[in-house]
Amino acid sequence: MILTKAQYDEIAQCLVSVPPTRQSLRKLKQRFPSQSQATLLSIFSQEYQKHIKRTHAKHHTSEAIESYYQRYLNGVAKNGAAPVLLDLANEVDYAPSLMARLILERFLQEHEETPPSKSVINSMLRDPSQIPDGVLANQVYQCIVNDCCYGPLVDCIKHAIGHEHEVMLRDMLLEKNLSFLDEDQLRAKGYDKTPDFILQVPVAVEGHIIHWIESKASFGDECSHHAYLHDQFWSYWNRFGPGLVIYWYGFIQELDCNRERGILLKACFPTNIVTLCHSVA
Amino acid sequence: MAAVLESLLREEVSVAAVVRWIARSTQGSKDNPGEAAALSSLRPLRKEFVPFLLNFLREQSSRVLPQGPPTPAKASGASAALPGRPGGPPRGSRGARSQLFPPTEALSTAAESPVARRGGRRRVPGPARERGGRSLEEGVSVESLPGAGSRRLRGSGSPSRPSLTLSDPPNLSNLEEFPPVGSVPPGPTGTKPSRRINPTPVSEERSLSKPKTCFTSPPISCVPSSQPSALDTRPWGLGLPPGCRSLQEEREMLRKERSKQLQQSPTPTCPTPELGSPLLNWTGGLTDELADPARVSSRQRLELVALVYSSCIAENLVPNLFLELFFVFQLLTARRMVTAKDNDFELSPGALDSLESPLFQSIHDCVFFAVQVLECHFQVLSNLDKGTLKLLAENERLLCFSPALQGRLRAAYEGSVAKVSLVMPPSAQAVSFQPETDNRANFSSDRAFHTFKKQRDVFYEVLREWEDHHEEAGWDFEKGLGSRIRAMMGQLSAACSHSHFVRLFQKQLLQMCQSPGGAGGTVLGEAPDVLSMLGADKLGRLWRLQERLVTPQSSGGPCPPPTFPGCQGFFRDFILSASSFQFNQHLMDSLSLKIRELNGLTLPQHEPSDEDGESDVDWQGERRQFAVVLLSLRLLAKFLGFVAFLPYRGPEPPPTGELQDSILALRSQVPPVLDVRTLLQRGLQARRAVLTVPWLVEFLSFADHVVPLLDYYQGIFTLLLRLHRSLVLSQENERKMCFLNKLLLLAVLGWLFQIPTVPEDLFFLEEGPSDAFEMDIVAPEHGLDSMPVVDQQLLYTCCPYIGELRKLLALWVSGSSGRSGGFVRKITPTTTTTSSLGAQPPQTSQGLQAQLAQAFFHNQPPSLRRTVEFVAERIGSNCVKHIKATLVADLVRQVESLLQEQLVTQGEEGGDPAQLLEILYSRLCPHGAQALALGREFCQRKSPGAVRALLPEETPAAVLSSAENIAVGLATEKACAWLSANITALIRREVKAAVSRTLRAQGPEPAARGERRGCSRACEHHAPLPSHLISEIKDVLSLAVGPRDSDEGVSPEHLEQLVCQLGQTLQCRQFLCPPAEQHLAKCSVELASFLVADQIPILGPPAQHRLERGQARRLLHMLLSLWKEHFQGPVPLQLLLSPRNVGLLADTRPREWDLLLFLLRELVEKGLMGRMEIEACLGSLHQAQWPRDFAEELATLSNLLLAEPHLPEPQLRACELVQSNRGTVLAQS
Repeated sequence: MILTKAQYDEIAQCLVSVPPTRQSLRKLKQRFPSQSQATLLSIFSQEYQKHIKRTHAKHHTSEAIESYYQRYLNGVAKNGAAPVLLDLANEVDYAPSLMARLILERFLQEHEETPPSKSVINSMLRDPSQIPDGVLANQVYQCIVNDCCYGPLVDCIKHAIGHEHEVMLRDMLLEKNLSFLDEDQLRAKGYDKTPDFILQVPVAVEGHIIHWIESKASFGDECSHHAYLHDQFWSYWNRFGPGLVIYWYGFIQELDCNRERGILLKACFPTNIVTLCHSVA
Repeated sequence: MAAVLESLLREEVSVAAVVRWIARSTQGSKDNPGEAAALSSLRPLRKEFVPFLLNFLREQSSRVLPQGPPTPAKASGASAALPGRPGGPPRGSRGARSQLFPPTEALSTAAESPVARRGGRRRVPGPARERGGRSLEEGVSVESLPGAGSRRLRGSGSPSRPSLTLSDPPNLSNLEEFPPVGSVPPGPTGTKPSRRINPTPVSEERSLSKPKTCFTSPPISCVPSSQPSALDTRPWGLGLPPGCRSLQEEREMLRKERSKQLQQSPTPTCPTPELGSPLLNWTGGLTDELADPARVSSRQRLELVALVYSSCIAENLVPNLFLELFFVFQLLTARRMVTAKDNDFELSPGALDSLESPLFQSIHDCVFFAVQVLECHFQVLSNLDKGTLKLLAENERLLCFSPALQGRLRAAYEGSVAKVSLVMPPSAQAVSFQPETDNRANFSSDRAFHTFKKQRDVFYEVLREWEDHHEEAGWDFEKGLGSRIRAMMGQLSAACSHSHFVRLFQKQLLQMCQSPGGAGGTVLGEAPDVLSMLGADKLGRLWRLQERLVTPQSSGGPCPPPTFPGCQGFFRDFILSASSFQFNQHLMDSLSLKIRELNGLTLPQHEPSDEDGESDVDWQGERRQFAVVLLSLRLLAKFLGFVAFLPYRGPEPPPTGELQDSILALRSQVPPVLDVRTLLQRGLQARRAVLTVPWLVEFLSFADHVVPLLDYYQGIFTLLLRLHRSLVLSQENERKMCFLNKLLLLAVLGWLFQIPTVPEDLFFLEEGPSDAFEMDIVAPEHGLDSMPVVDQQLLYTCCPYIGELRKLLALWVSGSSGRSGGFVRKITPTTTTTSSLGAQPPQTSQGLQAQLAQAFFHNQPPSLRRTVEFVAERIGSNCVKHIKATLVADLVRQVESLLQEQLVTQGEEGGDPAQLLEILYSRLCPHGAQALALGREFCQRKSPGAVRALLPEETPAAVLSSAENIAVGLATEKACAWLSANITALIRREVKAAVSRTLRAQGPEPAARGERRGCSRACEHHAPLPSHLISEIKDVLSLAVGPRDSDEGVSPEHLEQLVCQLGQTLQCRQFLCPPAEQHLAKCSVELASFLVADQIPILGPPAQHRLERGQARRLLHMLLSLWKEHFQGPVPLQLLLSPRNVGLLADTRPREWDLLLFLLRELVEKGLMGRMEIEACLGSLHQAQWPRDFAEELATLSNLLLAEPHLPEPQLRACELVQSNRGTVLAQS
């Protein structure tokens, strides 16, 4: 699942302006049958997020919000059971969950005395039953379950995937008899930056010394990798020395260019781990 | 001065007398009356003799030997304050007896750069009149002859001087064209020919001024142009032109120039090699002249001068030992003489004993002289590195002129183990995060902690970027990183953050610039020294290669300026770019502290050890440790000097006159950043000069011009000068300093004396007979100085410029191609061990027991002491950790249970937390007293075993048990000292943390993590992953909600499988995290709602788009049991009755209530929901707006359910309870 930049670009090319729906994913899988679904989904999700980040602002102008809200009101007035909000989101090329949040916020502004707090909105998005308007609740719920890139459900899935891979990694380390400190232990000791695992005794992988291992249950594309380098990997290096990053869903081959400097990329748990020998002979 | 020399040559006085005369202000009793009389008349000139001699030799050699790079030197005293120009040899006054002050020429130093100057100062041409007035115009005349340098004769009209023809080989003494090995003019303007074109004229008066004060050293590549001056034409230049004035003026001018350049580049950059073409020219047209001992012209005279010269060197009357050696090596390797076409020197026999005739008349003379001098300094030579020794021993001239010396050198080579290796640059490693110093507890606020977290990352980001780019052309530190650094420094608001950052900075500095192998000098980015890596046989090839290269091999010359090579440059630039006074202050504080700490370190002292081999091993370790400490100190001191004197160094020339006085008055009020004078005094008294002086020199090398004028620092220089004088190498004194230690000190001091900011007169003006340097050394008989702590590796690391000697010899070999290889075969070196015996100085003031312990170690191998100290240190530290983990942890557990009680008795509030804490403290802190007892017990238990394991098996029982006891005692002392001081605070801190933890847990998230079950023992963790399930269920939900294509749907089997998988996942807890479980619970409830409302599109024939009721019930049953048994967190079952989910039913036609009724009943039956709860939910449902008929049905359902008896009555069917008008649907159940 290590892709060259060219391969990656080919996939990314197909993702331009594709809505984040079940159907889109299905088509993508048909288009690239040789890639794993998880990798495709991860790439899709990241590409889509990049797209949203770029266009986010234009959906948040007061004019845009007002126009969306009016369209929503008109739509549900015609037919409350139709997927008004979802269609609107797809039409204006915005994430359904984010559109739902936008409209909900606007709705609450109109119906409540005080502007809604973020936590109230989040809570309503997590459980649309709390939304005072039944029609809107259904519309919001529909957006959330149909969005495969944003929303509380997707967040939870991502979190779960991350956690699961950490657990898997921990098991592999235990199996290999490598003793480590995990994030919680490190935090308890007061470390300011905590990789998933710090090896208590360093090992070597492909000739590189490894002091720490970070698990990333996503695909390592340029954008996310650079952000991680800046926020995490170099910070780990700055404190603990060279280490290993596992992108379980693969990464762009060209990004693995900091090996000499102390950051090694892998797409799976390394097979040939060299440990310090304690033999007296 | 010449008078003295002439007296000597006439044998009126003996060499010994002369040297005594120079070295001491008073006359020695050994002098015979005649000598004394002869010399006493010259007394006022005493101080000027050495500079005169040095200049005389330089002058002589430069005249006769236009080869090779002239020796840089700082001449002084009697000589002129002039840069000697390579091409235009300086004129000096004739050394007639009457001529007390040899006139000097004044030359412009306009274009000099500090590096050039440092690289190649020449002794100022004092005498050397033979070419008379030519010198100055020569440079000018030569301009039109690029490549020809300043040949002496062109255009000058002196009849008496030897002239060169244009076809002469290039004048290699022209430093512009032929800079000496390694001397590199810095900066872009380094060796621009423009200097020759645009000479700065100097007024004649000045040029003829009287050399009243000390000289200024000429730069190595100084301007070969200057005003023609009318000097006399006699060979030794007697006639002083009229108008000769004080040298002061030109000195001032020079000083200004020099300081200007110095300030412009306060931290000279690494020299850029620019040697290529000169070398090419040099070798291109020249064939080496063979030197023949038989053709030496005036042996006796040369011998005498060599003897005086050698004696001056031996007595440390010259400022820089290695500079003189460099000069001598140059003479030895002189390639060719400039042909004197019109040989004016018809030497009369009488001229030979005077200075009338040139000293060196041929290559033979030069080599003879050089060998004579080298013979006197065999001891120094034998202590050079093996590579130099090899080249020396293989030098055929040396063999030819002194087979004896060659034999000794060869023997020295074969016995030498002083292989100085190139150390590969260390790679950058980050300073590791240490919770003890770096965690939150060490910061005043969360903000400071997080700011520092970011700063650490920015710092390394900047460092990485520097690593990537600093070697790129056009990359500029300030431009690239300056603003980011300043932004970062701007965030360091709290003083405590500054100290944290400085600690990081300093640690990183030590880590990067001082490799663990002890080669602090070699650093990243520095080009490896190719010459020394190649063998002699390869050098010829290198030579030819070099001819084609634009940038040849180079280094800083024998007197390089202080630089920041490799990654030191990063730290320097960082300081400059940050330009933060807070940072600088904290940095100085931190550097000073660390310097004090390292300088005061008790370095393992050498003790006599009769045990075989062991001493060797130990010595290796001790030398290494000394080297590490010394190199760290030098690095820190260098940066301290840099930062401390930074505010005083500017582009403007040093002030003079009144301005200077006022600055002096002001500066003398400023306390020194570190009391280096006291440290030096103590170091000398404690006989630790070998440790203290080298770093002090680094510190002083960054001083500004005013510093040496301040009383405080003058005192330091006086001490250093006296020390320098006292380090007579030939005085081998068992109890004094070791040879290599002395050599190191001589090298670093000699280097310091060449620093431009150090006044030239300082060295020669210093009064003080060497005998006077008997510091009141009361303290130890055997300080560090008397121990062989310095080896060649360290010497060369500290003073890489000594390596210039080897390069000179290597160039000689490479120049004479064909002479490759050597006689010397590889011989296994034998180890020579030096051991100086001595007793450990008794340390007072530690009580009798401590003295006894000291005494115990005294006669044991040093490793024993180290082992015991190590064990004590570690066990003591472990003891503290152990107490933390046991006693304190127990107390914390007590706190937690106490707190629980408190909370239970006092209810939710639990009272005022602060009060609560105080109560807890008062109950728990007394337990701290146990810590001491536990600590003692721990040390008692652990130490002996560790000592036993670490000492040799054969250690006598009594020794072993004493060692164990001492270790126990020391460890206990250490642990108890810490515990008694800190245990209460520690307990308070931990209790406080525990309390806030408990209170937090008590707070918003009540019992969230109640009791959680793990997987069963047999679980193999093969269940589907939670993320997969959430995702699958989400897909089903999205299908149910729509929109969907007509062909989309799920099969009943898939649904069933999904619920099964959910069960498996819930039973295997391996991968399940609480948020995932929460979402699974919620999704399962949503799924149930869709099942109840029959909203899930089922794949299959069009007729069967719905799930069979039986299947639906089965699925609901499964879900019910999952909710009941497998979810460990709360399941939001009330969502089943949320308006939205109940509303799903409203859309169906006909409405089917049976599944909902079924579900609700089961919920009650399984105890998942109470009736009351359901009632409340149904009640709230009524508030929503429903179609009328739906509201009625809902009311009926609710009545039905609530009317049921409390005991479940299975026979009571839902259909019976539904009113008939709506009852059709329910009838099916």
